[in-house]
Formats: sequence, C-alpha cells, structure tokens
Amino acid sequence: MSAYTVEIRVMPRASLLDPQGQAVQHALQALGFGDVASVRAGKHLVLQVQAATREEAAAKARTMCDRLLANPVTEDYECNVSQ
Amino acid sequence: MQRVAVVVFPGSNCDADTLDAARAAGSDAYYVWHRDTDLKQPDAVILPGGFSYGDYLRSGAIARFSPVLRAVSAHARAGGAVLGICNGFQILCEAGLLPGALMRNARLKFLSRPVQVRVEATDTPFTRSYERGEELTLPIAHGDGRYVADAQTAAELEANGQVVLRYVTDNPNGSMHDIAGVSNAGRNVVGIMPHPERRNAQLLGGQDGARVFLSLEARNATQHAGDMRAVDGRHLRV
Repeated sequence: MSAYTVEIRVMPRASLLDPQGQAVQHALQALGFGDVASVRAGKHLVLQVQAATREEAAAKARTMCDRLLANPVTEDYECNVSQ
Repeated sequence: MQRVAVVVFPGSNCDADTLDAARAAGSDAYYVWHRDTDLKQPDAVILPGGFSYGDYLRSGAIARFSPVLRAVSAHARAGGAVLGICNGFQILCEAGLLPGALMRNARLKFLSRPVQVRVEATDTPFTRSYERGEELTLPIAHGDGRYVADAQTAAELEANGQVVLRYVTDNPNGSMHDIAGVSNAGRNVVGIMPHPERRNAQLLGGQDGARVFLSLEARNATQHAGDMRAVDGRHLRV
C-alpha cells in the first residue's frame, strides 16, 4: 500500500446557473477587471488515500465522488492522483 | 390517529414545530433520532427543516447517509408516506428518493419570508385535503431552494403531475418551472421548500399549512367514511 494524494475538482455543471461565480465576476468587474468574461466557482478537495496502485486510488476517488462528493444532477468532477 | 415519525438530525431546527403541527392535526407524532434504525412502525415519516450537518459539502449530502435513512428508504419503497420539508426535501433529493436537486438561490440571499404557492397535485398523502389550484401563503426560509432537474426529468414531472407546489407570480429562488414541491412517481414521497408547520394557526399569521398535516388524518378517516370530500368538508376545512 502506498499513500496517494488525490485532488478532486467539483464544478457546477456548465448548463446550470452559477450565481456564486456570477457574483464573483461582478465584483471583479467592479474592481476594474472588465475583461473577465465569466467566472465559475466550484470546490477543490485534497485527499490522502492509501491504495496499492495509482489506478486503485483513482478508482476509489471516483466511487467517493459518485456516492458523496459530487451531486450527479448538478455537478461534474475531475480526479487527479499523485504520489 | 396516524403515527407520524419526525426524524431529528444534528442541526434540525424545525423538528419541534413539525411535531406540534402533526399533533395539532390529531396525529400520534414522535421523534426518531437520526442514529436510530427503527422508525417504530409509522404511517408517515417527516424529515423536518434545518441545517443538518451544517449543510457541509451540500445541503442534505451528509444527512442522507445517517443510519435512519435506510429505514426511511425502506418505508418509502414499501409505499409509506414520507414528507421532506426544506432541508428534509434536500435530503430526499440527495438520497435519490425524489428526482432533481436543490441549488443555491439564484440571487444568493437566504430568504425568510412568506410566498404564494399553488397546490398543483392533491393525490399525495400530504395534499389531499387541499383543492387543486388553491393558492396558499406559506413561509420559506432557505438559502438552497433553487430546484433543478435535467430537461427530461422536468418534462416527466410535468407530464406525470408530480409537481405538488408551484410558486405563484414571484419565483423567489430561480427554481425551474417555478417548482416549490415535487413528489415521486408513486406519489407517496413528497418534498416541499415552504414550511407548513410555521403557518398552521391564526396565531402564526394564518393556517394555510395546517392541511398538510390534516391530510394524513383525512386519509385515515377516509378508510372509515369512504367519502373523503365529505369528511374533508365536515371536519377538516380550517
């Protein structure tokens, strides 16, 4: 077993309204960053996972996302595994 | 008299009001702690409002893995009546007992105020004492009340008459199709964002919410009287 670092990015699905991202965009525009065309706000989770292989760590992370960390109705996720 | 289990999660804060509202309607209501696995043979289960587990990760996402949810799921799958109010609605969606999900309000603000809703479905255990199309004033109190579902699911909800409550004139949170409450296909599981337990007596500003709880007893009475409308008209109109 080795320790792997799994970084998970959970983002609101592109087709859905992201009011948090919009609010941040408006704030940036108010600060003079008028060239910000869009902002989307998501979540970044960093897990330390024990697994035999990198693939096993990635598979575990995907299961965690499917069951708990992301809502399949509203969110998409990406997992990045490193040692 | 119906047995009504009110589930209490860490962070529930509408449990006492919900218990009182069910008792005021004549039900034998009692609490069930979220770690319990025995619902004690209820006729109906209510998941009350609040902020279970601090709304961490997503509203309802962690509560859905509480031990009691297995029993709630089994009760629902056997056709038993389940109502989720506000956070309870969010939990039922996260648990997959209702379609869709509830996201952050479109204008980000936490909203605590009365809204107008229309009763769209009266074939559920919690709305049978209302008239279809009736408009109610009920309080909302939520930050994550924007109902979303994929286009196909939304079309099915409309086609099957699973939209139970709909916001009238003012959609406070950006919900698709102005949805304030839905049921599952079997009609026995219902989730609503407004709080009927906060409006079940004139002292609370109105009693438009009382019949959510009286509907359960009306079902009971129907079994004996055989004519729900007569029972409804004679005893339960408030």
